[in-house]
Formats: sequence, C-alpha cells, structure tokens
Amino acid sequence: MSKAKISVSNLKLWYGNNEALHGIDVEFQAKKVTALIGPSGCGKSTLLRCLNRMNDRIVGCRVDGNVLLDGNDIYAPDVDVVELRTNVGMVFQKPNPFPKSIYENIVYAPQIHGMVDKTGMDELVETSLRKASIWDEVKDKLHEPGTALSGGQQQRLCIARTIAVKPDVILMDEPCSALDPIATAKIEELIDELKSEYTIIMVTHNMQQAARVSDHTAFFYMGDLIEFGNTSDIFTKPQQQQTEDYITGRFG
Amino acid sequence: MQQHTMKRFDEELDTLRELILAMGGLVERAVGNAVKSMVEQNEKLAKKTIKRDRAINALEVQCDEIIRDILVRRQPAAGDLRFIMGVNKLVTDIERMGDLAIGIAKGTIYSLENPPRVFSNLDIMGEKVLRQVDRALEAFSRGDTELAMTVIEKDDGIDSLYKRMYREMLTYMMEDPHSISSSIILSNVAKNLERISDHATNIAEMVIYIEQGHDIRHVDHEAAARILAGEEPEDD
Amino acid sequence: MSSPSNLKRRYRADKRFKLYGIAAIAFSLCFLTFFFVDIIGKAIPAFEQAYIQVPVTYNEALKSNYNKAIPKAYRRLVSKAFLRTLPQKLEAHPELLGTTQPEWALANHRVDQFLKQHEGHGLKKKYRSKVEQLYQEDKIEFRFNANFFSRGDSKMAENAGVLAAVMGSVLVLLITILVAVPIGVMTAIYLEEFAPDNKFTQAIEVNINNLAAIPSILYGLLGLAIFINVMGVPRSSALAGGLTLALMTLPVIIISTRAALRSVPQSIRDAAYGLGASNLQVVMHHVLPLAFPGILTGSIIGLAQAMGETAPLLIVGMMAYIPEAPSSILNAATVLPAQVYTWSSESMRAFEERTAAGILVLLVVLLSLNALAVYLRKRFEVRW
Ligand SMILES: Nc1ncnc2c1ncn2[C@@H]1O[C@H](COP(=O)(O)OP(=O)(O)OP(=O)(O)O)[C@@H](O)[C@H]1O
Ligand SMILES: [Mg+2]
Repeated sequence: MSKAKISVSNLKLWYGNNEALHGIDVEFQAKKVTALIGPSGCGKSTLLRCLNRMNDRIVGCRVDGNVLLDGNDIYAPDVDVVELRTNVGMVFQKPNPFPKSIYENIVYAPQIHGMVDKTGMDELVETSLRKASIWDEVKDKLHEPGTALSGGQQQRLCIARTIAVKPDVILMDEPCSALDPIATAKIEELIDELKSEYTIIMVTHNMQQAARVSDHTAFFYMGDLIEFGNTSDIFTKPQQQQTEDYITGRFG
Repeated sequence: MQQHTMKRFDEELDTLRELILAMGGLVERAVGNAVKSMVEQNEKLAKKTIKRDRAINALEVQCDEIIRDILVRRQPAAGDLRFIMGVNKLVTDIERMGDLAIGIAKGTIYSLENPPRVFSNLDIMGEKVLRQVDRALEAFSRGDTELAMTVIEKDDGIDSLYKRMYREMLTYMMEDPHSISSSIILSNVAKNLERISDHATNIAEMVIYIEQGHDIRHVDHEAAARILAGEEPEDD
Repeated sequence: MSSPSNLKRRYRADKRFKLYGIAAIAFSLCFLTFFFVDIIGKAIPAFEQAYIQVPVTYNEALKSNYNKAIPKAYRRLVSKAFLRTLPQKLEAHPELLGTTQPEWALANHRVDQFLKQHEGHGLKKKYRSKVEQLYQEDKIEFRFNANFFSRGDSKMAENAGVLAAVMGSVLVLLITILVAVPIGVMTAIYLEEFAPDNKFTQAIEVNINNLAAIPSILYGLLGLAIFINVMGVPRSSALAGGLTLALMTLPVIIISTRAALRSVPQSIRDAAYGLGASNLQVVMHHVLPLAFPGILTGSIIGLAQAMGETAPLLIVGMMAYIPEAPSSILNAATVLPAQVYTWSSESMRAFEERTAAGILVLLVVLLSLNALAVYLRKRFEVRW
C-alpha cells in the first residue's frame, strides 16, 4: 500500500438537518487518480468540496469527522483555508475562466498569494499552460480573453490556472461533462500525464471515463461509500451488489 | 439480478444465452451419437453426425456477432463484462467439442474396414464425458458454481480412464499386429473424448469466472477451492 | 394532432393577442407624443424674448429713481429688471452722465406676451397701438432668451430663469451621490457577500425592500425631523435636500446593487475561492468589476428618480423663492422640479411658457442621465 495523501475518516456532513454524508471512510493515494462515481445526489460533489473546504461557505452546512491531508486535520481551527486551497486545487464542472485575458487567468492566484515576482510571471504562465497541454493552442493569444476559447480549451485553461499555484491535490467535479469526445479525450490524456505529479480526485458520471483514467474507484450511494477499490476490480468484479447494479446499468 | 434499465440489453443477453445452450445441446447430441456410431459401428449415424456440424458452426458465427454487437453498443462492465468475456471463450470450447465429435464419427467410418473386436470401456467413458458436457452446460445455464466445480473435479477421473484405455490399446497392438489400425483409431477416439472433457472443464472454469470473477484456470484443485471459499489467493 | 380548424383558431387567437399588444403600445405612444408636442409647443416661445429700444437719459435723478431715466411713454413697457441696473451702470461709467443713449432694454412681460399674441397678456389697451407701432418700426425685436439660463427666479416673469434651480439641483444631486452611493453600495455588498444569513439580516432585507416602496413624502418628514430638527442642518439648504433624497435613494441603490451582485455567476466566485482567494479578494477582484455596470445603472436610475422628486423637498423647505444661485450647500436653494411647480402656480401668463420650458430642461437632464446609464453599462459590460 502506498501512502495515503488524504485520509477521510467517519466524515459526516449535514446541510441544515439533512445528513448528506453518513460517515465516510476512505483514503486517497498520493499520485493516483481516484474516481468518485454514483447516482445523482449521492454526495460525490459534497465529499469533493469537503476536501478543500469549499463547503465552508454554504449556509447551514456542518461537518463532523476527520479529513487528514498529509496527516494534518484540515478542519482544525488553526488551518488557513487560503493555504489549504492552494494545496488542494479545484476544477469545476462548467469551465469557468475569469472574464480576463488568458495570461491574467493564470497569474491571478500566484499574484494574490505573492508566489512569484514580475519576472517569473511569463515563465509561470508558459509552464502552467504547457502542463495543461494548451500552450501550443494559445501561445499567440495570451492577452485575449479566456472566455473566447472553446469549451475544452477553457477547461484546460482552468486546469492550468489550478496548476499555477502548485497544488498537491487537484479535485475535479465532472470536468468533462460539458465537453465533446475529443476535448474529453484531451482532458483525460492530460489527467493521465498530471498523475505523475499530482494526486487527482475526480467526480464523473461517465463509467467509461472512470474506467479509462482512474486507478481507484469509489462508489457512493445515498451518502454512503458502498465500495472502494482498484478500478479494474470495481469494473470487472465488484464486491457489492449495488455497485454491480450501478455500473452495469441496472439501477432504479 | 435486476433488469437492465435498457431492456434491449437484457434481450440481447438472453438471446446469447439461449444460442449457447442450443449450441451446447447440439454438441452434446453430436458427442453422444459419435460414440454410439463407433460402438455400434453405424456408418449412417456417423455421417449424419458429421453433416450436422454445420448447424453448430452457424450458431458459433451467430454468437460471435451478438458478442461483438454487445461489446460495441453496450460497453458491458462487471458481471456483464465477465459474462461476455466468458461466453466468448465458451463458444470456442463448444465449437471445438463439436469438431472433436466429428473426429470420433470420422474414426467410426475409418474403422468400418477393419472393425475393432473390443471397445473396452469406450461406452462407459463416452457416457462419463457426456455427463461432463451436460453438467458444464447445466452449470452455465443455471450459473451453478458448485456443479461447475464438480465438473472440474471429475476431469481427473476421465484423464485416468483415458490413460487406462491407452495402455490397454497398446497391449492389444503388441499382442495382435492386425488390430493395430483399429486400436489406433480407438485410442484416438478416447483421446478426443478426453479432450472434450477438457473443454467441458474449461466451460466450468468460465462459469466460475462469470459468476464470481475468480480465475481458477491453471491452479490446482485445492487452491481453486480456497479461492472459491472466498480466501484471498496468495501471491507468489 | 389538431384539426385544421383548431389550428386556425389558434392562429387567430395569436393574432388577436398581438393586436391587443400593438394597441396598448400605440395608445401609450399617443399619450407620449401628445405630452411632448404640448410641452415643446408651449416651451418654444419661452426661448424668445422681446427687447425694446428706448432712449436712456443718464441724469442725477436716475440715481434716486431709476424710472426717471426713460420717457414716461416707455415706463410701462420696459422691464424693471432693466431699469434697476441703470444706477449701477452710471456709477461704473460716470462719463455717461448728462447723455441720452438709445439702448435695447428687456421688454416687460406684458409687451412680450402681447406680441406673442398670447391670451391674457395683460397689456393695457392704451399701450397696444404704441407697441405695435414700435414693433413695425423695428424698435421692438425678439432675441434669444439668454436670461432664462443665466438668471435665477424673479417676480418679473420676463427676467425669471432656471439657473438657480439648476445649480440647486446639481448641489442636491452631488450630495445625494456622495452620501447614497457609497453607503448603498457598501450596504449591498455587505448584505450580499459577507452577512450571515440569519433572522436579523433577513429582517433588514425585508425592511429595505419595504422602504423602496413607501411614499416619498415620508422621507421629507424624516429628513425634516432628523436633519433639520435634530442635526440642525439649515432649512431649505441643498444639504438638507441632498441628505433627504439620499435617504430616499438608498433602498433603490441597495436593491439594484444587490441584484447586480447576484447576477455575477456563482461559477466565477467558485473559481476564485477554489484558487484560495479570500472573501474580500473575491469581491474586490471579481464580483465588483463584473457587477459594476449594473451598480452604475441602478445608481444612476435611482439618482434620476431623486432628481425628479419634489414632495420630500417641499417638506424640507426647498420651494423657497431663490433669485440667486446658491453659493454653498448651506445656502437656501431650490431644485428644478420645485421651480417648475412654483412657476406653474403663478398667475402671470409669461410663467406658463416658462413652466413648460422648465419641464423641458428637467426632461433633457433626466433623459441624459438615463442615456448615460445605458452608455456606461454598454461600455463596462464584460461578457462571460
Ligand atoms: N448547497 C446545498 N444545500 C442543501 N443541500 C445540498 C446542497 N448541495 C447538495 N445538497 C444535497 O446533498 C446531497 C448530495 O448532493 P451532491 O451535490 O453532493 O450530489 P452529487 O453526488 O454531486 O450529485 P450529482 O451527480 O448530481 O452532481 C443531495 O441530496 C443534495 O440535495
Ligand atoms: Mg455533483
């Protein structure tokens, strides 16, 4: 067993009086891709948002249990959320570049965190865009608005923007759901490359995608983690009937 | 198990299952008739058996088409994936059994010129092998892993039966050089029967894979039993 | 499948509905056109003013009684506003003493109205032929009424202008902007982006929405009570009026700012938070710039509304007679709509056209403000 990057234990979460997660125990391995699958409303996004405390802003949301990042509880009172989020970046379902230039999109976060000086900016922009495999497509229009790119390019720009703050973990919530197969393939290829440097946790509704890109798969149902395992095991011989029913399309 | 949300998928899987059972039925009959034709030295039955193989081949082609179709359209996963993969192999095994039955029937035709005087335990062996085939198909149709396990265990008996017949034939050949050709034919028939039993074993192993996802090919019985009992296979 | 007759009926119903809509628009357009034609028609004469050539005799008597400067025959025709200036003029130019100069003088409003052939001009019969004769001889002529824009209110209709009111309006508006916009925008940002969602903030929210709907005269009473009686702001001053209007505009600005903030997509906030931006950074770097055009438009429209408001200003005494443009925010001042209202209740015929002209000026200002709002929104709008 390799070391767990993020270790979640007995994590419960309430939205008001509605318990959305009923005590989740799961470990996310470093430098691996873990896919979270499960029917709509089962709590995948909720769990994902717990991992960089994006839930903090939701009114009435309460969390109980432990989430350890490299052994440190991210819900401890002395944790700086800003720092946490630079360590655990997030890519969203809908590509959401800032309505600014591509260049500004990338440098925004490093700037507010004071991570680079003026001279390092150009280099940072280039390396981030290269890592996100979009450099060649945008290198001649760095000062054009990021919103003028295609959906797939926007999503890779968002990934580049996340990479620019040098996180350890990248959370992705259905990153390809708005993209065509080619753009999707590019993102998947990208995820595969990023895996060597980052721990990636992604939510997807596309079984094939989970099977294609992930090393581990976690199946959630109604706020419970039903099954967690190697992706190939989950997709060939799941241990739980619910998992089997879900991935073979026998649900509901 | 629940129905698929896509009803067509269920129908396709059912069709595939039925085709395989039909194919298995034909092969079972072919094996039975082939052995019978040999023991009774019945040329007509032998020729009929050979002719009927076409139906088996046609079914094999049909199965392959459905399998390809399901792979392309449904991208099966988990149980469905194992079923398709298992069936894909199983079809070949069944078709091979058919071919081997033809081999036996052809043996009957060759042996007519020089009929063997004794058939030794051929009829008993034929019956046992037939029962193996029957059990394997039954295990497949019911998803019965215990029955499949029985098939695997009984294969050793068939093997020793074959070895015994082979030695017997050798003795005949040494005693009486005239019986050499018929003895060779008979030992080939026994070899074919043994191979048919092997294919039945393959089918049984596939049934276990389909049902439980364990690959127990190429392991000994004890290890297989342990795997089936749910213990982790030890890595070596 | 619907039968053809059904389909026809549906088409007919569609068409009928469209007709109703067109009729409604045509109806309101008619009103609007009527209104504009009426106002403009009435206002145009106000931009021309009769001037009369009179022989002015500069003598000692003029210093004590300016009427003595012109022949008796003219005294009823020339505006006192002109005569009033003569003593000063003589003082400034002593060399004029003892001379008689022909000078163009502002004509009396009666003369003006008589020549414009308006009913109720009030010119006595005995002067009429004389005026007509002077007009024939080109001793009376019409000139552009510059006084209307360069003078304050006056009891002499021919001398009354909008300058004081415009200046008053500008001062009031400035105060309103300086007070209402920062407070309103800050309140909205706090409520929308920072405030916890609890009973207290909900109560505030409901009350703000209600405030936007209460009659504006109540703000006048509030302003009177707080600013004038408690805080001792001078009555009738631009400060009192501006503060009162700021009170009235606040809810509008708060509501429109909140709407603008809310229209910034959640995904942009998520993106910024996800990158580790703090609450304040998210608001300052992303939300505000995107909401800016909306905030601007909302504020300008709120201010335009304030600009056209009269009722609360009446209460704080801003309907005073103000002949001079106010020189500070503590001086008594009046505003355009109040000026229009004052003129409209004057009995002299000449004030009628000035009322219309005042309305026209007010309309032009309001429309310009609205146009500015549209322009700024177009200018700063960011697409995403
Ligand atoms: N902001 C919120 N306030 C209240 N309840 C919420 C909120 N977000 C999610 N929930 C509830 O929590 C449960 C889990 O939602 P979540 O968004 O995690 O589902 P999901 O697995 O991501 O679904 P999907 O696949 O549709 O994105 C749902 O029942 C949902 O109604
Ligand atoms: Mg979700």
